[in-house]
Amino acid sequence: MAEMAHPSPEHGHESHVPELVHQFETVEQQREAGTLGMWLFLATEVLFFGGMFCSYLIYRSLHPQAFEIGSHLLEVKFGATNTAVLICSSLSMAMAIYSAQTGKSKKTVILFLVITILLGLAFIGVKLYFEWYHDYLEHIVPGFGFQYRREWGSNGPMVQMFMVFYFAMTGVHALHMVVGVGILTALIIMAARDRFSPQYYAPLDISGLYWHFVDIIWIFLFPLLYLVGGRYMSGGR
Amino acid sequence: MSEHIVPVKVYIGVWAGLLVLTGLTTGAAYIDLGVFNTVVALAIAVAKMTLVVLFFMHVKYTPGIPRIVMVAAVFWLAIMMSLMLADELTRHWTPVAHSWGAGVLLPLLPHVLR
Repeated sequence: MAEMAHPSPEHGHESHVPELVHQFETVEQQREAGTLGMWLFLATEVLFFGGMFCSYLIYRSLHPQAFEIGSHLLEVKFGATNTAVLICSSLSMAMAIYSAQTGKSKKTVILFLVITILLGLAFIGVKLYFEWYHDYLEHIVPGFGFQYRREWGSNGPMVQMFMVFYFAMTGVHALHMVVGVGILTALIIMAARDRFSPQYYAPLDISGLYWHFVDIIWIFLFPLLYLVGGRYMSGGR
Repeated sequence: MSEHIVPVKVYIGVWAGLLVLTGLTTGAAYIDLGVFNTVVALAIAVAKMTLVVLFFMHVKYTPGIPRIVMVAAVFWLAIMMSLMLADELTRHWTPVAHSWGAGVLLPLLPHVLR
């Protein structure tokens, strides 16, 4: 054992980073492994959401008129607002990581994480109250008193199908947001316990990847559900 | 390397760019572009995704295996989408004989279920 080729990691130059676990040589290597793991998870998420996007695409191509009517039941102003809210939350997430990387005080890191959480909750709030609750009042939630309207004509069932896609896709997306808020809460607790330093901020980095990914999903959901096909017809709100 | 620290200026720039693109895609929906409404909306979405992936998700500064995983994810997605659409969009090209349809099996159903 005396002629071991590599220096013992615990007593190497990274000895000031207690978070370095023994199977890794350096903090750098540990962080890269973590990044790779998160990207692998995100690859499965791409296919998970991809399946829904794909079936949406097929139904839309088969019933373009009904999906246009359904799309016009949604309010662009809330979709656009929520897009902006998520983009801002992505910026504050990036700034939280930047603050940890550059050794800013833990207060700064926590501040940015709290802003990110609040923006995330604002997104969920707008969805729940201004969109889903009002959809319920308007009887356009499938399974909860959905009512066909006369002006839809024979498109009724497929308008309902559009709303099924809308609630399934935005619902799963919102679920990811809720999980993200939970992750951010854990990060705030870790930051408060002085767990992060310019040498060790992998949990922030990896959670950031997840948060930005959820943002990207919304970047596609917004045009596909609210905008595709255009809003210039009189039917738009 | 992943050590690379992205300057705040870049983050702010990307953020502003994303907001401008959101405004653009929303505005474009209210102009009659025919089929190009869809094309423009998706092109802007892809542009926004690229900005987020390259800068917020640090892929511009993360070489190596994570990039391969990312390309693989997009590739798998392309396989799934193209094969599903290839089936769904070309079904009516070939007429199906009546006797091949599922309808011919329906009278048998009560016997199977009994």
